[in-house]
Amino acid sequence: MSTLELRSLRKQFDQTAVIHGIDLKVEHGEFVVFVGPSGCGKSTLLRMIAGLDLPTDGEVRIDDQRVNEVGAADRGCAMVFQSYALYPHMSVYDNMAFGLENANVPRSEIEKKVQEAANLLRLDPLLQRRPTQLSGGQRQRVAIGRAIVRNPKIFLFDEPLSNLDAELRVSMRNELRELHQRLGATMIYVTHDQVEAMTMADKIVVLRAGLVEQVGTPVDLYEKPCNTFVAGFIGSPRMNFIAVDLVRAAAAWPISPQAVQVGIRPEHWKLCGPGEGLVMVVKTVEYLGAQRLVHAQLSDQSRVEVLVEGEMNLMPGQTVEMNAPAHHVHAFDKQGQRLEKDAV
Amino acid sequence: MSTLNFLLRTRGRQSLDWTDVLSYAYLVIGLFTMFAPVVWLVMSSFKTEAAISQFPPSFLPYAQKTVMVEGHAKPLPLFLVKREDGSQKEMAQVNRIGIMANMIDPAAPEQRLQVNIRQREPVNEMKFAWNNYTDLFGKFTFGTYLWNSVFITVVATLLTLLINSMAAFALSKYKFKGQKSVFLLIIATLMIPPTIILVPVFLVINEVGLLNSLWGVILPAVATPTGVFLLRQYMLTIPDELIEAARMDHASEWRIYWRIVLPLSAPALAVLAIFSVMWRWNDFLLPLIVLSKNEFFTLQLALNSFQGELNTQWHYLLAMTVITLLPVTLVFAFLQRYITTGIAGAGVK
Repeated sequence: MSTLELRSLRKQFDQTAVIHGIDLKVEHGEFVVFVGPSGCGKSTLLRMIAGLDLPTDGEVRIDDQRVNEVGAADRGCAMVFQSYALYPHMSVYDNMAFGLENANVPRSEIEKKVQEAANLLRLDPLLQRRPTQLSGGQRQRVAIGRAIVRNPKIFLFDEPLSNLDAELRVSMRNELRELHQRLGATMIYVTHDQVEAMTMADKIVVLRAGLVEQVGTPVDLYEKPCNTFVAGFIGSPRMNFIAVDLVRAAAAWPISPQAVQVGIRPEHWKLCGPGEGLVMVVKTVEYLGAQRLVHAQLSDQSRVEVLVEGEMNLMPGQTVEMNAPAHHVHAFDKQGQRLEKDAV
Repeated sequence: MSTLNFLLRTRGRQSLDWTDVLSYAYLVIGLFTMFAPVVWLVMSSFKTEAAISQFPPSFLPYAQKTVMVEGHAKPLPLFLVKREDGSQKEMAQVNRIGIMANMIDPAAPEQRLQVNIRQREPVNEMKFAWNNYTDLFGKFTFGTYLWNSVFITVVATLLTLLINSMAAFALSKYKFKGQKSVFLLIIATLMIPPTIILVPVFLVINEVGLLNSLWGVILPAVATPTGVFLLRQYMLTIPDELIEAARMDHASEWRIYWRIVLPLSAPALAVLAIFSVMWRWNDFLLPLIVLSKNEFFTLQLALNSFQGELNTQWHYLLAMTVITLLPVTLVFAFLQRYITTGIAGAGVK
């Protein structure tokens, strides 16, 4: 069993507070993704879980044991760094065996474990090479192999895919998912890319400026974002935020009186008849193949993005009218918090 | 062939550009200035004592030809004699009294001829006096001096590398209170001229009982601020993430130092090793004050002692100098490779 719990975790560097009090629970076998913009404290959080940084306040509990005072090596975590941090003067085999050698594991067992990990990650032909002789994807797999070999309770990934090219990223995302299913281990993954978060996570933790904005499954975050930040962060292209006055005048959606903004995702717009929705003028159209991304302007000069079918041929300057199904319309109050449909 | 092409590169394609002329002139002059004394030294070390004191000096080692003549136990020097009838004949000289020399024809040893020394000139042949070198090991305790120098250099370099790298590791990779002050303190000692601390160093060595011992030369100067500074600056470029990854890999601090930081600092260590070898091998002052017994002398002290007040045995001195030059040259040539090999910085992208 490997569960993680963070209680009121705070971190301060000199006078700057970076983490302002985070409470979180991670269950055994979950794939949790910490996502957020740069500087939100997600890497700091990961390092505190790993034991590389000391929290200023609060507790880190692994398997319901307080581990604040336990050293990084003894917490049972294994970390895959963003820059892989492979030992450049050692071969791939030695890189993976280093941790076990330090723990005085017998040589035969080391060899068995390294071979297993190498098989799992298809590193067999590369075992005698140095990191300098490997490609980016191969290095990343060695870094993952180094973590696997230690049989940790929790895997920690610090933006591992950000140094890879786009195509490799997609295939590695898949590999990591499969790895998680095969090993069944608890994995905590940090990224700034919401696509990675949405595709890989069992649970997503959205962070901003050292605070948790929302915790939930990808579906929860997509369909019920709790504030404008999460709503705008999750989903690509970004959700459109429209002033509520415009919407009230145009469409007949049940919107709470406290609403200041309304959010509609680009993919949820549908063409409608005159008077049934919002009037917009097409400015530019981006052809994406299966879809087209239309940049349009509303009557109050604000811009919206609409994702339509690839075959729909909208021309710049054309006026169209669009609306969206009621359950895809999100209302937000003055503080940017989500308003439920039946709120008064 | 490619080496030759490299060495004879010019800017102008067909004829020489004026910058080529200047460059090559400069290079040739530089080569001559730096290399000529060394070449002269090596050539002279093969000359016999007599040839060295000859004036005008010759470049190649020439010695006078000698010949064995019947009836004489030792070989007689050969001269080219100009006779009254104008012809020249090679004759051996038995002895010389004032300006008249007694010469005999090697073929007809009974006939003696009195020749004015101005009528004769020596017959020279190129002779390499190997005995200059062999005598060193035979007649003198040159082997001991060589061993002392080698021992001091090797052990001191190893200790220097070990201690300086440990200090540099602590100063570069650990954050502790007063880290900057300690570092500044270490660097500040560079401002003290060595001559000022000479007497205190001698007193301390004496008290500890290391006078007239090779360790008395090795230990006092093992921790050098230059070494610490050089290694610290290099270790700062080793990514912290490597150290953190090693920590998470259960590595003790010693293992992190020994298996990760030290191998990755190899280029800087090579530089420090070269400095240390060259300095220790040529060091004169410290051995001079510490070692007074002959059997502990280093090569430099031995070279010094060969220069007597009234008489200097130049041929032995030159031979010893050449031998003293060799090891440092070899070490430098060998270690230079390591400086140009970049090892760290490739496992982290």
